[in-house]
Amino acid sequence: MKNLKTIVLSNQEISPGYFRMKILAPGYSQLSKPGQFVMFRVQCSLPPLLRRPFGIFRVGFMPGDCEGMPAKEFIELIYKVVGSGTEIMQGLHHGDPVELLGPLGEGFDLGNPAEEKILVGGGIGLVPLYPLAERLVENSRVRLLMGGRTRDDIIVVTEFERLGVGTYVSTEDGSLGEEGLITRVLERKLDKYPKSTVYACGPMPMVEAVQKICYERGIPLQVSLEALMACGVGACLGCVVKGVGHTEVEPRYLCTCTSGPVFNAEELDWSNAKVEKMETGGCK
Amino acid sequence: MMTSGEKKMPPKMAVEIAGIKLKNPVMPASGTFGYGEEYAPYLDLNQLGAVVTKGMSLNPKAGNNTPRICETVSGMLNAIGLQNVGVDAFIKDKITYLEQFDTPVIVNFFGNTQDEYGEVAARLDDVPGVAALEMNISCPNVKHGGIIFGTDPKAAFAAVSLVRKRTTKPLIVKLTPNVTDIQITARAAEDAGADALSLINTLTGMAVDVKTRKPRLANTIGGLSGPAIRPIAVRLVYQVVQAVQVPVIGIGGISRAMDALEFLIVGAKAVQVGTANFVDPNAMATIIADLEEFCRGEGIADINDLIGTLEL
Ligand SMILES: Cc1cc2nc3c(=O)[nH]c(=O)nc-3n(C[C@H](O)[C@H](O)[C@H](O)COP(=O)(O)OP(=O)(O)OC[C@H]3O[C@@H](n4cnc5c(N)ncnc54)[C@H](O)[C@@H]3O)c2cc1C
Ligand SMILES: Cc1cc2nc3c(=O)[nH]c(=O)nc-3n(C[C@H](O)[C@H](O)[C@H](O)COP(=O)(O)O)c2cc1C
Ligand code: FES
Repeated sequence: MKNLKTIVLSNQEISPGYFRMKILAPGYSQLSKPGQFVMFRVQCSLPPLLRRPFGIFRVGFMPGDCEGMPAKEFIELIYKVVGSGTEIMQGLHHGDPVELLGPLGEGFDLGNPAEEKILVGGGIGLVPLYPLAERLVENSRVRLLMGGRTRDDIIVVTEFERLGVGTYVSTEDGSLGEEGLITRVLERKLDKYPKSTVYACGPMPMVEAVQKICYERGIPLQVSLEALMACGVGACLGCVVKGVGHTEVEPRYLCTCTSGPVFNAEELDWSNAKVEKMETGGCK
Repeated sequence: MMTSGEKKMPPKMAVEIAGIKLKNPVMPASGTFGYGEEYAPYLDLNQLGAVVTKGMSLNPKAGNNTPRICETVSGMLNAIGLQNVGVDAFIKDKITYLEQFDTPVIVNFFGNTQDEYGEVAARLDDVPGVAALEMNISCPNVKHGGIIFGTDPKAAFAAVSLVRKRTTKPLIVKLTPNVTDIQITARAAEDAGADALSLINTLTGMAVDVKTRKPRLANTIGGLSGPAIRPIAVRLVYQVVQAVQVPVIGIGGISRAMDALEFLIVGAKAVQVGTANFVDPNAMATIIADLEEFCRGEGIADINDLIGTLEL
């Protein structure tokens, strides 16, 4: 874990609104585990004030600057432009100074090699599943179920295919793959391969639906969650999620940044308790 | 004329507050630095003037629902709800970690009644690793309709007086900016026996998501921190320095040495850095180095010579 002052190597739009950024990142191939993230900052830029969290998509090497120079380590992020920070990011070019705090958080557990693995990704939630797939294909049969609203949300699926992952795509508008929700595909696959382990990352409604399906069938599930983060290191307590057994009387909060972003589904509270206003207003 | 030998002498950066000697005037603001441990991979805690820990209450506190934070223009709102492990767990698990560093530990604490404040202070009184207490009075007094202690000079005076009786440690009282006349609460805290004052805590604020028409924090209202609040904080520190004799610690929107200098020049003896730690975990180390560089550049031999030198 460290704060790295570094530079952007490349930054390209890969689908409308989705960008892929390569950043020079010495040390990351040794340090980072599938499912971990970085807190990204455009150096010396204000706004945005806070860093933004992004999953690590890939760690790789490129040839050194000239013959005989050591290979250069980089990481890749894939991000969707949704607000002020990602708008600034899309304008970055080769050589622009940025900072990475990381790699942070708890990544995926690779599980039992004998079991079949099903990865469920929704939109940008695909990102942390890629380094996971890279590791899982070494020992397991891996399938990727990728869902999105339209075909524009279906990104980098071919790269999973190159790893030998079987891929299944669905879109809500039917513009690519099967029409409908990816959870329907998941149910079918689980009918066929009931001994699988499932890994999911995507929008909360999708993750919740996946949890319900896996829970009912007793299938082990790991989920990667998103939360609003200020520090990324467990100091601000802004990023908490409810842990299993959480009640209003005896609350149990876990930090997404340090206990997650990957959780075993059993660690979390899925009862969907209605968010209620606490009475301690104004106390800082 | 200085001899070349004297010229090379590094400027003296040490300051003293309420009898505690600080290597330099820079320390983290409570709640933005966890229990210290969280930032140890990024920053040598030995470099800091002091470590200030997350606000502690008598019993563990779970905190508010999410979302708890949101970014605003040059700042952020938070409504964490003072989540903490409780004072006993803190004494048992957290303080020993900090004892390995050659840096004084200031423990921030709060209560929801006067007695709770007193009890927490008493439990920390004989803990060896605690150099001083920082009493957060920006909390609702549940026995009096939830009015914030720090906005009611009488309640503030009573609570600080009680804590004063129950601790022999140096006592820093942390003031809320959400008042009409901060000099009144500052004097109340001083009269009740505070050894030093620190300010400002966050300013109450609110932000709305215009698409969902919901508040952006689950708690509706939160506390504003970061660069956006600095001019207000500098003004309030300036006013408090005029009103009291005890030393003042300046807090609010400090991210660079230049920001810290504003507070020192208006009369703060030390500063706390909050939100900037989130942006750059190494921010305090940079501020300390740059403060020293500034003194060197300006020919200031001792940083104390700079404190309270505002030219009007
Ligand atoms: C562990 C982790 C990994 C992530 N990985 C990726 C990734 O690989 N690719 C990617 O595109 N995004 C990822 N995100 C989400 C990403 O952090 C946000 O999209 C980003 O912070 C938005 O910044 P902004 O300034 O553009 O938007 P803002 O202006 O801050 O907000 C715009 C909108 O985005 C929402 N938003 C802001 N921050 C987050 C957040 N942290 N999580 C969810 N929604 C948010 C806001 O609620 C708002 O509706 C990840 C988040 C986490 C916590
Ligand atoms: C996430 C967060 C948590 C905080 N928690 C506490 C706390 O527990 N006790 C306290 O006295 N102040 C707390 N504060 C207030 C800060 O210590 C500080 O007074 C304020 O943030 C202003 O400084 P800044 O602009 O440098 O952040 C908190 C602030 C933030 C942003
Ligand atoms: S983001 Fe600060 S505690 Fe998780």
